[in-house]
Formats: sequence, structure tokens, C-alpha cells
Amino acid sequence: MVAPALGDALGPRGRRRARTASVLAVLAIGFVVYIALRRFAEAGQLDWDEWEPLTQRDVIRFFGKGLLHTMQAASVSLVLASAFGMVLALGRLSPSLALRTIARSYVEFFRGFPLILLIVFSFFTLPRLGIELTRFWSVCVALILYNAAVLGEIFRAGILSLDRGQTEAASAIGLRRRQAMRLVILPQSFRRMTPTIVSQFVTLLKDTSLAFVVGYEELLRTGQIAGEFYKNGLQSLIVVALIFLVVNFTLSRIARRLEVRQRKRFRTGTIAVAGPEDLVTVGLVDPAKS
Amino acid sequence: MEVLLNNLDSFGSGLRLTVALALTSFSGALAIGLVIAAFRVSPVPPLRAAGAFYVETIRNIPPLVLLLVFYFGFPDIGIVYSEFVSAALILAIYTAAFVGEAIRAGINTVSRGQAEAARAIGLTFTQTLGLVVMPQALRSVVPPLGNLFIALVKNTSLASVISVAELTFISKRLITSTAQGLLVFLGTAIAYLILTLPAGWVIGRIEQKVSIRR
Repeated sequence: MVAPALGDALGPRGRRRARTASVLAVLAIGFVVYIALRRFAEAGQLDWDEWEPLTQRDVIRFFGKGLLHTMQAASVSLVLASAFGMVLALGRLSPSLALRTIARSYVEFFRGFPLILLIVFSFFTLPRLGIELTRFWSVCVALILYNAAVLGEIFRAGILSLDRGQTEAASAIGLRRRQAMRLVILPQSFRRMTPTIVSQFVTLLKDTSLAFVVGYEELLRTGQIAGEFYKNGLQSLIVVALIFLVVNFTLSRIARRLEVRQRKRFRTGTIAVAGPEDLVTVGLVDPAKS
Repeated sequence: MEVLLNNLDSFGSGLRLTVALALTSFSGALAIGLVIAAFRVSPVPPLRAAGAFYVETIRNIPPLVLLLVFYFGFPDIGIVYSEFVSAALILAIYTAAFVGEAIRAGINTVSRGQAEAARAIGLTFTQTLGLVVMPQALRSVVPPLGNLFIALVKNTSLASVISVAELTFISKRLITSTAQGLLVFLGTAIAYLILTLPAGWVIGRIEQKVSIRR
């Protein structure tokens, strides 16, 4: 925990100032909230008529289905992308130059451009190339191809973060490279990576909203349909945002708790928490070089 | 190949829009992110709370949802902006949450002694942060900020959903209207690489330029 005051505790004058500033800040924040609410109220957007449809049983069920579809696409993609990502990570760490090059080019290529484009491609072009997929699977294929590259980098970082002594000890007791990987390295690094995988799931849930563009009925599309039907687009979309917020906030919390617990238990860091943007923030996954 | 060659013009204009979008929203994100980071280390509890609230909220909502709320929802309360401005604004607001966190991490890397020394010579919090800590913190966050810029370049593709004719929009139109989807896809991938690869190089240069030699 950082001392909030940058350095040591505030003196008497500093405390006085902080108190005055607190009062002013609360007033300012209150004012902004008031202005925003008034804006909503004046436009009639706080009227119960606009929100009422969203409390109907059928509509709730409809949103629930949207959330379920989002969850489905995200979890199926997470599982398959993890498997694929592990292959990529092992490829990048393999002693064979050819495997390393292939794995690396894959990662570089698929991480380099927007996911939305990959979804469009997988939905419109793959069928033309003779690969017929349902809407669900064409979304999943794009999510898997992309996330395998991201997860592959996370796994690689996880494996590399283990102390070299582990590998050396494994070979000292006569394990082969493959055995050492399977029996010593992977179990340990996998444990370290759990928080990261949970937070990658948050990112995946967010990414699933991109499937909106090809009409997959996930949460965002659901909200838009409801909004068009009840003519309350603003309210429906706000509810969608809130659902995402609650689900992802909870998951992020879980990830953070896992991380703290591990740090205590193993006295080690984990591989950094949260989505790709966060990973790049920590400097772990570097899309520029690496 | 013809698909790409015949549409070189639209690709060029798409590329320009993508760059414009990325640059505008990144400047916005830097500005907002700086404020957020300052809030989060401030000695004023309500400001810290506001900063944390901003980061947690924005980070957990998909940027596309934010964009659609803003572009399709906000006109209902009289807030109407053009497609480009909407996209740039939302991308700036979204990226700012991550920029704020990166800068805060940078502030944490500056040794406490710096802030204590600043206090000792009688600087106020604002002066300590602005004159002593922030200039040192910003140097160490060049690489993460650079990576956020690259992530932002990719996120500009969201603007295609509200019909900003940037790279992804152009390419989506060609993918859906021609039979040459694979080629278009590869061409667009290369176009994005043309943007992100030099960015990596520039980041390295900036990092060297601003690093403190001790």
C-alpha cells in the first residue's frame, strides 16, 4: 500500500488542507452527479415508463439468455484457447528452431490486428473457403485464434518466471526435458497462472461483445434488440453496461484475491493480473517487441 | 490481388482515419489518465475514491458497450456528437483508465526519498507531485504507455461499428462484398502491422531519449 500522501504522513497544515479539499471535492462530485441526473430527468429518461419494461419477467429472462450466450462463447473459447495457447507456449520454448519460428510467427500475426476484423473474417470468409460454421462457432473460432496468441504469451511468461533451479534440479535427478516440463515446471507455473487466467476470462467476456457485429445474440445484441423493441435504447444499453460491470468486477476481485493468497502462500508474484491492456501495462506482454 | 490494388485509395484514407483516431484519442487518454493517476495518489480521500471508481467502472465494461451507450443512447439526453468525435472520445475515456493505472505504477517506482525530500524543502503535495515525482515517474512509464498506444491502434477498429470509415470499416465492406475475403484480410493485417511496428521503434527511441543516465 502506498502512503497516499507520497512520502510520510501529513502535518497539521496538510491535514487541514486535505480536509478542505475533501469538502470541496465532495461538493464538486455531487454537483457533477446532480447535473447528469438533471439532464436525464429533463429529457424524461428517468421516467418509470422508460425503465419499466426492463423489470418485466420476460425481458429479464431475455437478458439472462444474452448473458448466458456471452458466458458460453467466452468459456468455450477460454478452454480451447488455453489448450492451444499451451501448445504455442511450448512451441516458443522448444529447442527446435522450426517450432519456435512457427509459434512465434503465429503469435505475432494474430496479436497484431483487431479482433473485430478476425470475427468478421471468420463469419463471412471462412464459409466461402468451404468451412461452414454456425454463428456461435464462427465467433468462437475468432476468439480462440486471437486468445490463443495472448494466452500463449502468458503461459510462456509463467513458465519462464519459474526459478531456473527447478529445471536444473529436474535434470539433475535424471528427468528428460519433457518429463521435467510435465512433472516439475508446468504444475508449478500453472498454479501461478490461475489468477491471470481468471482475469483473461474477464477480457474474453468483454471481447465477446464484439460478436455483436456479426449478429450473435450475446448480451450487447440482446440489449440493443430490447431497446429497439421498447424504444428505450438508452436504458437497455445502460443495463447491459451494468451487467457487464457487475460480472467483470466480481471476477476481477476473485482474480485479485487468488493472487494475494498465492503471494502469501508461495511468497512469489504471479504473472500480473487483468486483461491484455493490463498485461501490457505491467510490461509482461509486449506487442511491440518480444 | 486486384481487390487490394483497386481499393488502394480507400485503404489509404482508412489508414489515415485510423491514425487520426489513434492520435486524437491517445492525447485525450494521456490527459485524462494523468488526472486520474494524480487523483489516485492524492491525500484527499474523495478524489482517491473518484479515481478508483473511474478505473474500476471503465475497465470492466467492454469499450464497444461504452461506445454504443454514448452514440446511440446519449442523443436521448441531448448529447449528440459526430461518429468520429464519439469514437475518439470513448476510446480516450477507455484507454485513460489503463493509462492512469500505468502512471500510478510509475509513481510507485519513484523512491519515497524523493517525495520526502520535496516535503522537507517545503513543497506542497501538488508541487511535490508535479515538479518532483511525476517527471521521474513518466520516464519509467514510456514502454507501458507505448504498448497501450499499440492496443489503442487496434481498438480504433471499434469505430467501424458506428460507420467511421477507418481501416476495419473499409476492409469489412470489402470482405462482405467481394469474394476475396482472405486477401483483404491479409492486406488489412499488413496495414495494421505498418502502423504498429514503427510505433514500437518510436517507443524505444523515446525511452532512450528520456531515460535518466546515472
